[in-house]
Amino acid sequence: MRMSLRTGDLVPVVLLAGLALLPFAAAAADEPFFTTFFARVLIYAIAATALNVALGLGGLVSLGHALFLGLGMYSVALPAHFGIANGWVHLAACVASCGVVGLLTGYVSLRTSGIAFIMITLAFAQMGYFLVVSLKQFGGDDGMAISAASEFFGFSLSSGNAVYGVAFCLLVALTVWIARLRSAPFGVTLRAGRQNARRVASVGLALSRYQLTAYVLSAVLCGLAGMLLANLNAYASPSSMSWMVSGELIVMVVLGGMGSVFGPFLGAVAFLGIEEVLKAFTEHWMALFGLLILGVALLGKAGIAGLLARPIRSNSPAGRGAKAPLLAESGVRP
Amino acid sequence: MSALLQTEKLTKRYGALVVTDDVSLEVQAGELHAIIGPNGAGKTTLINQLSGELAPNSGSVRFAGKDVTATGIDGRARQGLLRSYQITSVFDEFTVRENATLAALGTQRHAFSFWTSLLGDKEALAAADEGIAAAGLAALADSPASDLGYGERRQLELAMALAARPRFLLLDEPMAGMSVQESAAVVTLLQSLKRKYTILLVEHDMNAVFALADRISVLVYGKLLVTGTPEEIRNNAEVRAIYLGEEEVVA
Repeated sequence: MRMSLRTGDLVPVVLLAGLALLPFAAAAADEPFFTTFFARVLIYAIAATALNVALGLGGLVSLGHALFLGLGMYSVALPAHFGIANGWVHLAACVASCGVVGLLTGYVSLRTSGIAFIMITLAFAQMGYFLVVSLKQFGGDDGMAISAASEFFGFSLSSGNAVYGVAFCLLVALTVWIARLRSAPFGVTLRAGRQNARRVASVGLALSRYQLTAYVLSAVLCGLAGMLLANLNAYASPSSMSWMVSGELIVMVVLGGMGSVFGPFLGAVAFLGIEEVLKAFTEHWMALFGLLILGVALLGKAGIAGLLARPIRSNSPAGRGAKAPLLAESGVRP
Repeated sequence: MSALLQTEKLTKRYGALVVTDDVSLEVQAGELHAIIGPNGAGKTTLINQLSGELAPNSGSVRFAGKDVTATGIDGRARQGLLRSYQITSVFDEFTVRENATLAALGTQRHAFSFWTSLLGDKEALAAADEGIAAAGLAALADSPASDLGYGERRQLELAMALAARPRFLLLDEPMAGMSVQESAAVVTLLQSLKRKYTILLVEHDMNAVFALADRISVLVYGKLLVTGTPEEIRNNAEVRAIYLGEEEVVA
């Protein structure tokens, strides 16, 4: 439907192209920190994109996605602890654990909606968090160092560059997929359910099945981000499963633009980028950061992606209608 | 004659209040059956039980010979029992065509398709365009639903129901809030749909009801008072007394 590139897509596409070249530049400048930092950005972008399937398309406000990030991390850490470095085993553990936990928690959570849904997803994530904290033999509170990185047919995720490459490719693939998914029957059904759940049923679609599928997909994809994060840090820690992380993922999605194709990526870049910059100036960076988030929230529901799409008329609902004339550029009418 | 939709002793209570009281109703295949009744007669509650959105306390609903009392609205929609809403309920973020195509797809198949565009589904798209054309919205097919006027949104409701290629249409006050011209257009549209579909029409516009219906059922305080042809209803003393008051009915 809306596959052609619009002006709003230009910035994220250029940004992605730049990120494709970044490891080479970082290597040339002998600044590996940048590769590590942006690998983290890419990984969080993957997690946010995963959350966007449930939150942005389906309107399912999950405050428990850190659970899946954590499951992904421990899918690497636990086998590695027992000397298994086979990446396929890690991957299978990640997909299976996130899939099963996503299915069970999703099944229960989706019996509710609104605030109750948020609270139940939060409760499940906290259960996971405290379970991991209590497992003293696996590091408990302190987390676990990972001595052996995931290895796929001899390709090891032991270096920052390797993780960076995989994360970049996965993010690009996911983003392309989301662009298709938004206008594919599954995505349209989810978006329809967010607008008017009752109406979806009356056109013959059992919405809860689609929402559960979206939730499980979202969980598994988030788990993949966790796998990458574990390899990048060579460390798995329960702190990545805390509800703060779940909240940060929501902020990234909302900041970038709920339901949009590039929103989660833009949100992750903005969130982690601003955090890094503000940290350099003051230790009270969170106070300033709060103001910035407030600003974006006030500018509209469409987030950064919406802002980028706005000046030139766009097809997205947020860029049209009553809001458009706020901008001077809207004098140019099609 | 075979009844396409049939209820038997359908009863719905809210506490002590009986909103649907022992209603046994038959709608024959191919007929346009209207339900009238004063405000609060329980018309929408009855429709909700027929569509599957509301479960009755007792009694049964049969559709096309099958007991569908326990079937939800999505299941009944897939069997061809489609409804439109009194309060317009369309997907604002989607275009007219997207709305209708989703309705066409949802009732025919499933939506577990993660890559190809919804509008790339030729079969669903064709059904959607048919429905849109029949509802008189062809010129606005690419407009977002949020841009439509009130009457146009009601037309979209109809287009969505028609796109599903229904066997049975439950129309809940399709003319509510419409201007005289818009209502006239809907009457013409319903005339053209008559016989092609079995229709159960709930409507306040008496002119429209008497012009369109083959048979009319009168609902009062949840009870089915009488069912008959427009002529019989018009001349029924009880109906006149209870529902139509002293006013002269449609001339």
